[in-house]
Formats: sequence, structure tokens, C-alpha cells
Amino acid sequence: MRAFTRGLIGIAGFLALWELLGRSPLIPAHALPPPSAVIGELVTQLTSPEFISHVVATVLAVLIAIGIAIAIAVPSGLVLGSVPAVRHATRAVIEFLRPIPSVALIPLALVVLGFGPETKITLAVYAALWPILFNTIYALDELDPLLVETSRVFGTGRVGVLFRVALPSALPFVLTGIRLAATTALIVMVSVELMAGAQIGLGYFIMEARSGPGRMDQVLVGTVVAGVIGVLLNSGLERIRRRWVAW
Amino acid sequence: MNKFLQRWTVFAGLIVVWQVFGVWADDPFFPPPSEIVTAAWEWWVLEPENVTEHILPSIGRLLSGWAIASVIGVALGLMLGRSDRAMEYAGPLLVFLRSIPPPALVPVFLLLFKAGTSMQLATIIFGVIWPVLLNSVDGARSVDVTKVDTSAVFRIPRYQWVLGVVLPAASPKIFAGLRVSLSLSLVLMVISELVGTDNGIGSQLMTAQREFDYTRMWAGIVLLGVLGYGLNTVLLAVERRALAWQPRSRDEQHA
Amino acid sequence: MSNMLEVADLGHTYGDYEAIGGLTFTVKAGELVCVVGPSGCGKSTLLRTISGLIKPSRGDVTLNGSHLAVVFQDYSRSLFPWLTVQGNVEFPLRKLPRAERRKRAAEALEWVGLSGAAKKRPWQLSGGMQQRVAIARALAYRPALLLMDEPFASVDAQTRFELEDLLLRVRREHDTTVLVVTHDIDESVYLGDRILVLSTSPARLVANLEVPLPADRDQVTTRTDETFVELRSKVARLLNVGGKPAMDVDKWAAAERESLSETVSS
Repeated sequence: MRAFTRGLIGIAGFLALWELLGRSPLIPAHALPPPSAVIGELVTQLTSPEFISHVVATVLAVLIAIGIAIAIAVPSGLVLGSVPAVRHATRAVIEFLRPIPSVALIPLALVVLGFGPETKITLAVYAALWPILFNTIYALDELDPLLVETSRVFGTGRVGVLFRVALPSALPFVLTGIRLAATTALIVMVSVELMAGAQIGLGYFIMEARSGPGRMDQVLVGTVVAGVIGVLLNSGLERIRRRWVAW
Repeated sequence: MNKFLQRWTVFAGLIVVWQVFGVWADDPFFPPPSEIVTAAWEWWVLEPENVTEHILPSIGRLLSGWAIASVIGVALGLMLGRSDRAMEYAGPLLVFLRSIPPPALVPVFLLLFKAGTSMQLATIIFGVIWPVLLNSVDGARSVDVTKVDTSAVFRIPRYQWVLGVVLPAASPKIFAGLRVSLSLSLVLMVISELVGTDNGIGSQLMTAQREFDYTRMWAGIVLLGVLGYGLNTVLLAVERRALAWQPRSRDEQHA
Repeated sequence: MSNMLEVADLGHTYGDYEAIGGLTFTVKAGELVCVVGPSGCGKSTLLRTISGLIKPSRGDVTLNGSHLAVVFQDYSRSLFPWLTVQGNVEFPLRKLPRAERRKRAAEALEWVGLSGAAKKRPWQLSGGMQQRVAIARALAYRPALLLMDEPFASVDAQTRFELEDLLLRVRREHDTTVLVVTHDIDESVYLGDRILVLSTSPARLVANLEVPLPADRDQVTTRTDETFVELRSKVARLLNVGGKPAMDVDKWAAAERESLSETVSS
């Protein structure tokens, strides 16, 4: 509990510093509104159905993207991790695709997929694939040969070993990958909404607030809410891992 | 050697398939590789000012932003990591700051720094410092008790404790963080250029799209891929040298 | 009595390293045989060829029964951490109906005195208890032959005595045929009906000794029994204890690696 209090003090200290900076003449007031103003606006926005629908749209899109990324990356990871020939053959392709930043694909996705939610979801899936894929492959590398031997001694076949031994033993790593992927997906989602002009979503809200009335307090409300979503996603997935995958 | 060949054969095979398919489909959105290469040649080799005015400044911003974030991140991370008390104060705040999508702060940075290099640097630094910082904290915490005791017994001076014990012990984690933040730097470089300036790879990408020049757009995407691949390879080589002292497991030797 | 296991001219080489050089022996039904040899003599290879994890370069292994079970030395790695104790014991029984599986697992856990720990995870138990789980898992499988690879080498001395007596009790109560591979001379004499003494690599059979001790054994009295002491000295002399170690460490390590990668990729 004392650690919790200290954490609160830390955050309070940060807010106080921000308040001071925001009110000081060093920084133009319209550029960085102080937390007191932002918190007031946050309360207003949280009761506005329009803002809530932006939040829901972003969260939903992130969850869909993670789901699709899992559906693609986990099976591919299992294949790449357990069949060395496939892995060596595809290595160059993967190593070339991976570093292409998802935002570089924004222009391409816009012209091919248009301005609908497909674009942002596709780009978030692309970004979220890699951590899950690599963690799955890594997990299979770390698979204890003795576990495989044990199951084979008790008459488990190749497929059985994959599903009853390799997959459960990989699960903690895969979940870590999913946690990293969720953070990445959220960042990409908000970025695409911000830059590619979606019609709804937190990023869109931020862009509207900036380009229209120049309401920096609303920009920061959007930013803070995005941060809170990130924390919740991250700690939620971490909790799931601890609770269900405790080994 | 065999594996190397196998690897690049598949890669080359896919390029050929793309080429054949691209020529056959004749789709403006998906030009064949030969056209992309030609576009890249005309764009960057025949007009070298495009390299000096766009590509080099981009790389410069990327590397300096990443370097500044790394220095601050490692220094702060090692300090926080060696003090449980400090982490209790700063931990929740760091977790929150890390979760903020950095592009969301671009409007704020735009007003604070005006459009230009300093705003782009701020975006990159804010976006990439967290992996380095949090990994350094983890690394500094991972110094095992025996090494702490050994150092205490020999009463080594403070700088030797930090540079000679904590830093090496934390370095595997630090390098992991550096790699993540390097690839993030590339992302944020592009993002900051999409909104912030009229020069750089990102802005050229946007211009190409706006002018419906999809071949150039593809050239830009490929360039970013090559850039990411190259930077990661260099950093891996550095890491391998720097961490050569680590006892390696059997698997890693094979990999 | 019929033979449960027949090993004929079994040999195995990794590359140019000969781990086992032509072994012939049998294990009778209901018998407990200890294989004892110096470290790195190819005992593990022998066990892996018998269990079918690797194919021997030459010779035959015949098991007169449908299946065997193995208890490995490294219990912490051979139990599945994501399964409960009960789940681990049920692991080999997947083809059986659920009720039968439950019954057999409960039974086997009772034999090893772990009925209360069925719902726990293996890593919540002490080392000795984890090895009991591994033994229960093997027994629940009702194997024609129970293979044990240095089963008690990773527990403390006190626990080791307990587990040795546990093994003697369950195998007597359930008439199990057991082959224990060990490097511990005392243990081989204490546990075995018969002892197979191996030479350093390539492993060859040096002696095949009957243990003329009564079936009822006791950690204190048996170990001070004259027959026990005599037999122990005999095995020690056969193993050339105190003499020069004849094994080549590098070659052995290389062979070990070889055998591991062989299993993984097979």
C-alpha cells in the first residue's frame, strides 16, 4: 500500500510540475493548457456520448486488429518455429517485411482500402503481427526437449506434441507477445486515425480538436484517454497472464 | 551457405512472382519491382539533391533522436533501477507515459516547437525513450546479489560500480530496448514528417500519394524497409561485439 | 519367469564416437534390475534406445508388452508446469474414458502418498514430491517396464532414502518390472534384484550380479549387512573406483549434444 501511495505522489508531482509549466510565461498558454483545465474538460467529455463513441470505436478497432493478428501470427509462428526448413526459407522475406514501418504503408492503404475502418485495422494488424509471431517462434525454440521426450515416451504423436506440449509451453511467451502487440496496435490505430482522416475514433477526435478550434485541452484529453486505454490493455493482459498462465 | 542460398532463393522467387504478376495485372496500385527500381533510380540517383535534401536529413533526425533518447533513457533507467524507492515513486507515472501514443502529442509539440526539426526530434525522443528506459531499469535490477556483494567487499569506487558492474550486467536488456526503440524511431520519423515538414522521406511519400505517383510511393516504402533492415543489422552487429562476453547457449550458437 | 525385456547386441555410435558397444541382457517379469556404470559411460544412451527415443545403430530391443514408462532424473523439467498434479498423472491416459482416467490417477497418487496434492501444480511441491508425481504418472500408465534414469540423483539424501523405499514398496505391491539406471553403487545394491555393471564408453557389460539380499530391505540394517557391504565393494572394484577416469570429456559432451539434437529433430 505504501508503494501505491508513493506512485500516487509521483503522478501528483508530475501534474504539479505540468501545472506550473502551463501557467508560467515560458510556455504559451494555448500550447500547453495546465492539468486543471484538462481535467475539467475530461469530465465534460466523459459525459458526452459523442466522445464515448470515439473511444468505443478506437477500442473496438484495436480489439478486432489484435484478434486478427493472433489468428494469423500464432499458427504461422507454430509452423515457422517447428519446421526449420520453412523458417530458413522465409527468413529473408520476414526480415525485410518486419522493419517496414506500418505508417509508411498509410498512403498505400489509403489508396487501396479507402478511408473506412479497414485501413486502420489492416495497418494495426500489420504492426501487431510481428511481436506475436516472433514470440511464438522464440517460445518454440525454448521448448524443453525433456518435455517432448516425456510425452513421446508416453506415446504422444507429433501432432499431439504440438498441441498438448508445444502450445501450452509457448503460451506465456505468446501472451507476452500479445501484450506488446496490443500496445503497438493502439499506437498505430490512433496515429492512422490522426493522420489518415478516419471518420471516427480517438485520433480523429484529437485531429478535429487541433485543426478546427485549436482546442489544446481537448487534444490533451484525447491523449490522456489514449494513455489510460493503453495502461488498461497492458495491465489487463498482464493480469490474465499471471492469473491463467502462472508457470 | 546452403541455408543462405535457400533463404535468398525464396526471396528472389517472390520478387520474380511479383514482377510477373505486376506486369500481367497492370494495376496502378501494385507496380512490378522493375518499375519501382526504375523510379527509385530516377528519383534518387539521377536527382541526387533528393537524397541530400530528403533522405539524409531524415536519417539524421532519426539517429540523433534515437541517440538522445538512448543516452537519457539509459542514464535515468540505471539510476531508477538501482533504487526501489525511486521506482515506487516513478513507476506508475512511467507506465502511463509509455502508454501514450506519441503521435497524439504531435499537435502539442507543433505548438511548442513550431514545425521543424526540433518538433520532430521531440516526437521521436518522447516516443522511443520508454523501451530504453524501462529495459535499463529491468537490467539494473537484474544485477545479482553475489555481484553486488563482491563489489561491496572489494570497495570499488562509485564510477567503477556503475560503469564496470551495473552497466555490463544490464547491457543485454539495454540492447533489447535499443533495438525496439530504433525501429520505433523509424516509425516516428515518418509520422513527424507526414505532418511536420515539407522535407524528409515521409513527406515525399505523402507527396507521391497526393500526386497519384504510386510507383514512387512504393519506392519510398521499399526505401524505408531497406533502411530499417540496414539499421537493425548494424545494431545487431554492434550488440554481438559488445555482448561477446556472454556465455551463449547451444541454441543461440546454431541460430 | 518370462522375459519382459530382451536386449540383444545393442550398440550405438554418434558420428565416430561409440557410446554403447554391443550389450546383451534380459529383464525378467517382476524383476528390478539396476544398471550401474561410471558417469558418461553411455547409460543415458542405453535408456534412450530402450525407450525408443533414439534408434540404435545396431542390435535389437524387444519389449514383451505394449508400452513402457520413463521416470527422468530432472523432474522439474519432465512434469508439465501448466497441468495440475492430477493432470500430469492423467497425461499418458488420454485414450481412456474420463472416469477411468480419474480413478487410475487417484489410485496412483495414493500409492505414492500424494492424494492430498492432486489439485496443486507440480512447481508448488518440493523436489521429492515432484519426483513422486513423476513416479505416479509412470505407474498409472501400467507399463510393462518402468525405466528410471537416475531417478533420485537430484534430491537430498533423506528424501532419497524415502523414495528408494517407496519404489521398493510399490513395485512389490504391484509387481512392476523396473530397470533403474544409476551411477550410485550403494543405490544399485540396495534397490536391485540384479545389477548390470557397465564399463566406460563404449559401454560394455562387465558383470551381471545377482543380489542375494532378502526382498525386505531396510535403510539401516540392509546397508550394514555383510552381503551388502561385500557386494558394494565388488561393484566398486569392477567400476575401478579410485582409478584413472578413462572418459574423454570433450567427446562425451559432443555426444551428449548429438543425442539431444537427434531427439528433437526426429
